[in-house]
Amino acid sequence: MRRRRGISPFAAIVLVLAAAYFLIPLIATFLFSLDSVQTGNCCSLAAWGTVFHDGMFWSTLKTSLILALETIAISLVLFVPTVYWVHLRLPRLRGLMAALALLPFVIPPIVLVVGLLNVYHSAPGWFYNEPYGFLVGAYVILAFPYMYFSLDAGFRAIDVHTLTEASHSLGAGWVRTITTVIVPNIRVAAMSGSFLALAIVMGEFTIASLASFSTFPTYIDYIEQTEAYPAAAVSCLSFALTWAAMLSLLLVGRSRPGRFSQLAAGGAQRI
Amino acid sequence: MSGRRRLPLAWIGTVPFFVYAFAFLLLPAGEVMEGAFKSVNGGWTLSNMRELFHEPYVGYYRTSIDLSLITALAGGALGFVIAYAASLDGSPAWVRSAFATFSGVAANFGGIPLAFAFIATLGTLGIVTNFLRDQLHINIYRDGFNLYTTTGIEFVYLYFQIPLMILVIAPAIDGLRREWREAASSLGASRLQFWRHIGLPILMPSLLSAIILLFGNAFAAYATAYALTSGATSLVPIVIGAYYTGNVLSNPHLAQALAFGMFIVLAVMVMIYIPLQRRSARWMK
Repeated sequence: MRRRRGISPFAAIVLVLAAAYFLIPLIATFLFSLDSVQTGNCCSLAAWGTVFHDGMFWSTLKTSLILALETIAISLVLFVPTVYWVHLRLPRLRGLMAALALLPFVIPPIVLVVGLLNVYHSAPGWFYNEPYGFLVGAYVILAFPYMYFSLDAGFRAIDVHTLTEASHSLGAGWVRTITTVIVPNIRVAAMSGSFLALAIVMGEFTIASLASFSTFPTYIDYIEQTEAYPAAAVSCLSFALTWAAMLSLLLVGRSRPGRFSQLAAGGAQRI
Repeated sequence: MSGRRRLPLAWIGTVPFFVYAFAFLLLPAGEVMEGAFKSVNGGWTLSNMRELFHEPYVGYYRTSIDLSLITALAGGALGFVIAYAASLDGSPAWVRSAFATFSGVAANFGGIPLAFAFIATLGTLGIVTNFLRDQLHINIYRDGFNLYTTTGIEFVYLYFQIPLMILVIAPAIDGLRREWREAASSLGASRLQFWRHIGLPILMPSLLSAIILLFGNAFAAYATAYALTSGATSLVPIVIGAYYTGNVLSNPHLAQALAFGMFIVLAVMVMIYIPLQRRSARWMK
């Protein structure tokens, strides 16, 4: 076969056009955020100032961050022991778990929220009226497929049986085995799943909006309908948040094969 | 065997998980299905489902399916070409990993901020719109382009469809072994013949399952289209959302029937997806 030294012209053209399509909207949004509200021309930091002095910005950002942490905590407590147990004792259930993990694809957020609102409209107020109750309940489900596939891969890579037996023969109980032996061994998988969950929660609009909660994404929507220049600034921030979550995921999983395909999982939940 | 004695009780360990999945996934899904077959006065009925096959509801599905199909095929084709270009021998490794990383972010960057990024770029006052008008004297809005229409939505959806395709298809392209290409070319096959008889047939299950994934991705999307059109477009998710935010439908069970319809479409997709996925796994190492 002919060996090529440099990049082929075909590849160069395709990749430059693709890079332009992907980068131009981001650059344009950033430039837009620097336009002055009064003159519509560059350059002013007024739009950014408006955002950073808006109490709503900070309060919704805080709400969404707490929601993300709560979602991650509940997901880990719920899924890590379950996936561990399934790998250790009930390997036949893996098929059922994988099938359940595909369900959120068939029941997208817009369908899920319709069902949740109908099921829980008469639930107690501390649950139904609080984002930290109702929304987190739904977000754990949105995070489930990404957590599950990530953890499943993590557990497949370690020898659960040997680790458990070794730990037990040294006198450790179940809790100690899980916290000091199992968790450190699947840390990377758990962190990858957590970063995906973070990205999902920080961007989830459908359920929050239809259930009338104020979160960071619904704040972006509100700003977008009222003030154009600050909206550009908030959009940039949201993109930076997604970058931070995804880059952290790639950094912790540096040595893992297939780490990029994991990112494919996150998309469907938030667009 | 000592394990035998414990086995019947082992499932207890999974109870919290299944209870949770039941309460927040299966129960709401069941509620949607049941509601789709209920009438306003509480009895069972098929009239909601029959409505779905009449205008305007059948039109909403047509618009949604058209949009999903177009963005899945276009995004799939473009994503494949980009992933292929990045995988060629001459393409520098840093370009490849930059595209992979960026795709990971872009596939997860959607919804309201994405819609706004395109408004700032190609909206009536967008930076690129202004640049084209002032510098190149091309007025795209006079030439028929409009970001706030179905075509505009399709254009924006490609921003997450193409990266998703790159993420899904790149491992399959890398799985095409060099030996196959070398064997083909040593037998006198041209590059075109290689793709026609070897490359594409091997990739076909991966390509089809990726297209289905992209279809479902677009079909279920709500936030991006909502933000672009302020909820004034006739896609199924937007119509369902409009019921809950502004009471557009008079019969709440119609929203559930519309949601049930989405479920059916996506379930069919998954049923095609699973066997394809299994086939494509065969060629991966």
